[in-house]
Amino acid sequence: MKYESQKVALYYFAGALGLFVAQVLFGVILGTIVVAPNTLSELLPFNIARMIHTNALIVWLLMGFFGCAYYLIPEESETELHSPKLAILQFWLFLIGAAAAVVGYLFRIHEGREFLEQPLWIKLAIVVVALMFLYNVTMTVLKGRKTAITNVLLLGLWGIAVFFLFSLYNPSNLILDKVFWWWVVHLWVEGVWELVMAAVLAFLMIKMTGVDREVVEKWLYVIIGLALFSGILGTGHHYYWIGMPAYWQWIGSVFSTLEVAPFFAMVVFTFMMVWKGGRTHPNKAALLWSLGCSVFAFFGAGVWGFLHTLAPINYVTHGTQVTAAHGHLAFYGAYVMLNIAMFTYAMPNLLKREPYNQVLNMWGFWVTSSGVTFMTFALTFAGVVQTHLQRVMGMGFMEVQDALGLFYWMRLGAGVATLVGVVLIVWSLAVPGGKRAGAAIAQPAE
Amino acid sequence: MSENGEGGWGALSELPGNPLMWVLILSELLVFGALLVGFAAVRLLHPQMVLAGQSALSIPLGGLNTLILVTSGWLAAHAVRLRSTGDIGGSRRRLAGAGALGLAFLVVKGFEYADKAAQGLGIETDTFWTLFYLTTGFHAAHVVMGIIILAIVGWKNTTENLETGAAFWHMVDLVWLILFPLVYLLR
Repeated sequence: MKYESQKVALYYFAGALGLFVAQVLFGVILGTIVVAPNTLSELLPFNIARMIHTNALIVWLLMGFFGCAYYLIPEESETELHSPKLAILQFWLFLIGAAAAVVGYLFRIHEGREFLEQPLWIKLAIVVVALMFLYNVTMTVLKGRKTAITNVLLLGLWGIAVFFLFSLYNPSNLILDKVFWWWVVHLWVEGVWELVMAAVLAFLMIKMTGVDREVVEKWLYVIIGLALFSGILGTGHHYYWIGMPAYWQWIGSVFSTLEVAPFFAMVVFTFMMVWKGGRTHPNKAALLWSLGCSVFAFFGAGVWGFLHTLAPINYVTHGTQVTAAHGHLAFYGAYVMLNIAMFTYAMPNLLKREPYNQVLNMWGFWVTSSGVTFMTFALTFAGVVQTHLQRVMGMGFMEVQDALGLFYWMRLGAGVATLVGVVLIVWSLAVPGGKRAGAAIAQPAE
Repeated sequence: MSENGEGGWGALSELPGNPLMWVLILSELLVFGALLVGFAAVRLLHPQMVLAGQSALSIPLGGLNTLILVTSGWLAAHAVRLRSTGDIGGSRRRLAGAGALGLAFLVVKGFEYADKAAQGLGIETDTFWTLFYLTTGFHAAHVVMGIIILAIVGWKNTTENLETGAAFWHMVDLVWLILFPLVYLLR
């Protein structure tokens, strides 16, 4: 940490970690409801718990991105943040808005459009929060040094705000409703969020491997070029069965297949940089998360996405547990791990904690990653069986759900393991390391 | 290319023009390649449908467009060579000629599409026509983009820019040279 104003990132990291625990806790509740359907059926119905699970995820990831930007931008721009006070005000507004939305959901106040269930006034508050944020970081970049990383990061962050505006447009035509809904959902996670991901990974690589900025920037341009080339028209893979013209099946299949490319490039990039630059950086945990991020994103977003993206395959797998498997591994690999990588890198610097809980953090990495991986396999097998019984054999939906019980129990077990891992991660980041937890004993854990 | 020659581009630094253009060109070739593989699959599954569709295509118009694009590519290559000998005016005139032939290609394509539309053959007619309009439409969109790129590198005409623009234009050329026989001629 070189600039005092980078400290505002701590608010965002703390808020994000709190919501991370809540998100996974609600995931475990949902997994329980699936195997024991009467659980909390009056107090917290499945659809409400699911809203909180998905909304908490999106809010904490965004909160993490804000924190990443507040940490990264002063250091890259070589100047203090434009207004730390505005950043703190923005944090509280965002947190209170998110909390109000959750309380509203518990009282059944929501707009019912999946992932965009927030009432209109909360959506407008999110726009205000986004404007405060963009003003603050853009002014900082404008007065300081401009690097490829800040440029790409700003492009991604502005893109997030611009595409969120489509959540305010909800045409009564159901087809157009879905078309524009995907402009938020798809163009976020398979478009502008990837720019944020590539920029933050590039920053971490420069800081931890010591490879020349010039080399890292070239990789960054290639990665974001591939991401936008494949991701924008890749939106077509959501237009197969919603009432859009059939040619989208070709456009969606071809371009979304290429969405694997930027994720593959990120794996090659991170491993090349670590291989070329050496692994002498003392923060082994942050390096582990960075490498894990590119690998898990490649499998979760790339491979598991490709599994069911071709139109003839999606025709039978659409809306089965295959989608759930892909969603869990992709979000974990791409955006959860990216945030945790940055938190793990930045928090010891911000808190001036030299001996921090690095070993515990790496245990958190392995436990959480194993939990999510096992969950992904359980859901993938569930999805394959479901596709065969329901779509090929033509069995009834509920009959098939009963047949999937074993997989749902395994998913619940994996979910509990994930929750344990998440608690380890949060503990390791929040609680100072003891005298014995220094870098010296980090060696045996590898 | 000299400023990119030394650092970090690997195999791409051997190629003329900006290495990022080559990343784009490789991506484009993957997309057109995938569409042509799709075309081959449809031909395998529905040979009668493909034959019926192909017999409605105009080989003379496609052939005319092939001549137009190849000539345009020759002019672009010539423009790069003239620029490297310092003849900026001559290079710009060749580029303008290449761009004008690109426009001629689009005019011929427009006549072709209008003729098909008049016969009631649209993108939703059957899978052959979906693929016909998608592949040739994507290609035509790249011709439009290519003309814009040629105009830009004619204006900011460093040798590297010219090589970059010409590389894109040759890719557009090459895709047509593969697309034309596969879609129009091979039966």
